[in-house]
Amino acid sequence: MSEINVTSSAAAGADVSSRFYVREHHPENSTLLGFWLYLMSDCLVFACLFVAYAVLGRAYAGGPTGAELFDLPLVATNTALLLLSSITYGFAMLESQRKRLGSTLLWLGVTGLLGAGFIALELHEFTHLIHEGAGPQRSAFLTSFFALVGTHGLHVSFGIIWLVTLMFQLNRHGLIPENRRRLMCLSMFWHFLDVVWIGVFTFVYLMGVLP
Amino acid sequence: MLDHTDLTKLIFGRLGWDAIPIHEPILIGTFIMVALGGAALLGALTYFRLWGPLWRDWVTSIDHKKIGIMYMVLGLVMLLRGFADALMMRAQQAISFGDSAGFLPPHHYDQVFTAHGVIMIFFVAMPLITGLMNYVVPLQIGARDVAFPFLNNFSFWMTTFGAVLVMASLFVGEFARTGWLAYPPLSGILGSPDVGVDYYIWSLQIAGVGTLLSGVNLLATIVKMRAPGMTMMKMPVFTWTALCTNVLIVATFPVLTAVLAMLSLDRMFGMNFFTNDLGGNSMLYVNLIWIWGHPEVYILVLPVFGIFSEVVSTFSGKRLFGYTSMVYATVVITILSYLVWLHHFFTMGSGASVNSFFGITTMIISIPTGAKIFNWLFTMYRGRIRFDVPMYWTIGFMITFVIGGMTGVLLAVPPADFVLHNSLFLIAHFHNVIIGGVVFGLFAGINYWFPKAFGYKLDAFWGKCSFWFWFIGFYLAFMPLYVLGLMGVTRRMSHFDDPSLQIWFQVAAFGAVLIALGIGSMLMQFYVSFKRRNELRDVTGDPWNGRTLEWSTSSPPADYNFAFTPRVYDKDAWFDMKKQGYARPQQGFIEIHMPKNTAAGFVIAALSGLIGFALIWQMWLVAGLGFVVMMAAIIIHTFNYKRDYYIPANEVVRTEDTRTRLLESHV
Repeated sequence: MSEINVTSSAAAGADVSSRFYVREHHPENSTLLGFWLYLMSDCLVFACLFVAYAVLGRAYAGGPTGAELFDLPLVATNTALLLLSSITYGFAMLESQRKRLGSTLLWLGVTGLLGAGFIALELHEFTHLIHEGAGPQRSAFLTSFFALVGTHGLHVSFGIIWLVTLMFQLNRHGLIPENRRRLMCLSMFWHFLDVVWIGVFTFVYLMGVLP
Repeated sequence: MLDHTDLTKLIFGRLGWDAIPIHEPILIGTFIMVALGGAALLGALTYFRLWGPLWRDWVTSIDHKKIGIMYMVLGLVMLLRGFADALMMRAQQAISFGDSAGFLPPHHYDQVFTAHGVIMIFFVAMPLITGLMNYVVPLQIGARDVAFPFLNNFSFWMTTFGAVLVMASLFVGEFARTGWLAYPPLSGILGSPDVGVDYYIWSLQIAGVGTLLSGVNLLATIVKMRAPGMTMMKMPVFTWTALCTNVLIVATFPVLTAVLAMLSLDRMFGMNFFTNDLGGNSMLYVNLIWIWGHPEVYILVLPVFGIFSEVVSTFSGKRLFGYTSMVYATVVITILSYLVWLHHFFTMGSGASVNSFFGITTMIISIPTGAKIFNWLFTMYRGRIRFDVPMYWTIGFMITFVIGGMTGVLLAVPPADFVLHNSLFLIAHFHNVIIGGVVFGLFAGINYWFPKAFGYKLDAFWGKCSFWFWFIGFYLAFMPLYVLGLMGVTRRMSHFDDPSLQIWFQVAAFGAVLIALGIGSMLMQFYVSFKRRNELRDVTGDPWNGRTLEWSTSSPPADYNFAFTPRVYDKDAWFDMKKQGYARPQQGFIEIHMPKNTAAGFVIAALSGLIGFALIWQMWLVAGLGFVVMMAAIIIHTFNYKRDYYIPANEVVRTEDTRTRLLESHV
């Protein structure tokens, strides 16, 4: 093979070489994959908190149980707010694909308000529990409960900060590709928190009120 | 209404003048040395007017090559600290018999062994592994940088500020006295009321975020940015092992983050995850931390297997034997590493069925690992072997690692483990695989890729000195520990009564001194090589007759790595190109799209370090303010939309012409 190369003409040599490179190459953007990977790692943080709850969730240490503490109508309202906010975020995405900035911002605003409502109700629930003497220090059950639900709430709060920031950026730069990518990332984040909440609602609240 | 003491407490928390260890002569001596060294370094930077270049070209750099080098520097500096701890332990155990209490009081000795473990794993092995992956992977896959260059810079600085916190614990307060995994209830607030465990938690949290993000980054890079034609089964083996390692990082570091967060909630807010009363369960901690901890050892060793694969095939002048089996072995180890964590605590008492499940999965890991050893041996078989320094480390590894692997299988038998649990036999085993595997592999990698990064080879004489000191020193330092462990000596003791044991500890201490000479030889090797850099210069970019794409670039590579993205047809892409008579293109260059440097990563990471310090000392005001400022910095950074620039075509032409002239002048 090498002998053939030696005897071949210069043009053929250049031909051989040009097989081995591309003049212009644009690797595809990896942001969405990277963000997925981050979300999966975040999912594992929640998995650990769920595991802790599964292990400690019935360790009441003589204190109050879930059946005594949980106010299901309140939590159902909360769940409805969060699920609704996922739908409104979906509307925002649809509007952004139609390149309508105004209504995108409007739906994002609605989403943020619903998220804030969720956080407000959760804070109300937490203060109520602490007031009743069922704070996170009371028992391992309450420790794991506050840690799991609180971590989710913290995520939603960061999501709201991100959402407000993104609304400013959309307002300033419009629906440019960078902003649409960011909208997509926040969308994944927001829906992910929804999915986690469904787990929380089921495992913590619904199963928690079982005797 | 806040009176003066309340405000002081809000600002300074638990921090007071009593946190400065003025009554510890060893620490004062260390502090004086560090202060003098630091002053000399800062003075030199000022004298040679290097602050500007340091800031522009290194601190704010998002070039994966520079970040890779910075990771290596961090790892080597921390190696000196971690090894100083090791020498202190060996010296203490060699003299602390009978009436002699040695020179380290127990509370100091306990900090030393904890710091040794934490530093060696998190701030030596991890940065060195990440550094090599950062430097080599984009070059091996024909990419110009990683997928998220800014994140890469941020990850590095998070790791560094984690290391800074550990170092700060030397001089301000103290470090944990709990062992490197800080099991509760000892690490709980009742067992460890001081700041040691908090230093441990926050340095690992901050460094852990860095590691996780760099895992996401390299994973996206390998999946999305390979050169055209490089299918998964054409990737170089080092890139394959890097892929699997980063999968493990993304799949396990969140567990570490979560479990340390739970421990800090227990400590700071009196919660009850792992406490003895109110329903807490400390075995939950042990399970969770080992679900991270066991894959962690594979995170360290898999890339090293990749390094050996590259080295063996290059220096045998042959294609790697059994590429496909190598890839599958790596993937199988990746999966199995997640299924063995319980073998670290067979003595928990989870019953015969659970223990035998984990014992068997552990033993199964030795099968793919053994396959790898045979692949390397068959690669060497009938190869034209060149005995350069990387090959020394490789042969040393194959001998040593097999011994460590066999003692590992022995420990995987639950009844045997009940006898050997927490004994020096275990210590000997994991040093056997970590030194004989990870450390030897990193040194092979450093010797192998150094000419690529700096443009000249490392001096072979001092490299071989380093190898022989390390190799012999390792056996002298750890074989006695196997013997002692079999005799029932437990780990983490600062004093012994039985004088018949002393000779073994003295031999081990002598071995540690030899390893010190090995480290000294390596520093000497760097110095001598720098002095002789013109003789050792590599102008070809391919000093070892390499086989993978990184050797097709100049040494060191241009900022953009490849003027044109390579197209790949074969596993050994560069070897294939050479065989086909490939000639470097010399014209037709076009502008190249590159990411721009930014200070945001450094600033945000520094603020995280500050917040960590404030949380350790419970300076709530500082922590709160720091958090607000950090959030603001992150938000401001997101308002920066101009993150890239173009290297103009004429600059590319200039760089490539320089290389053409260099190559022609050395034909």
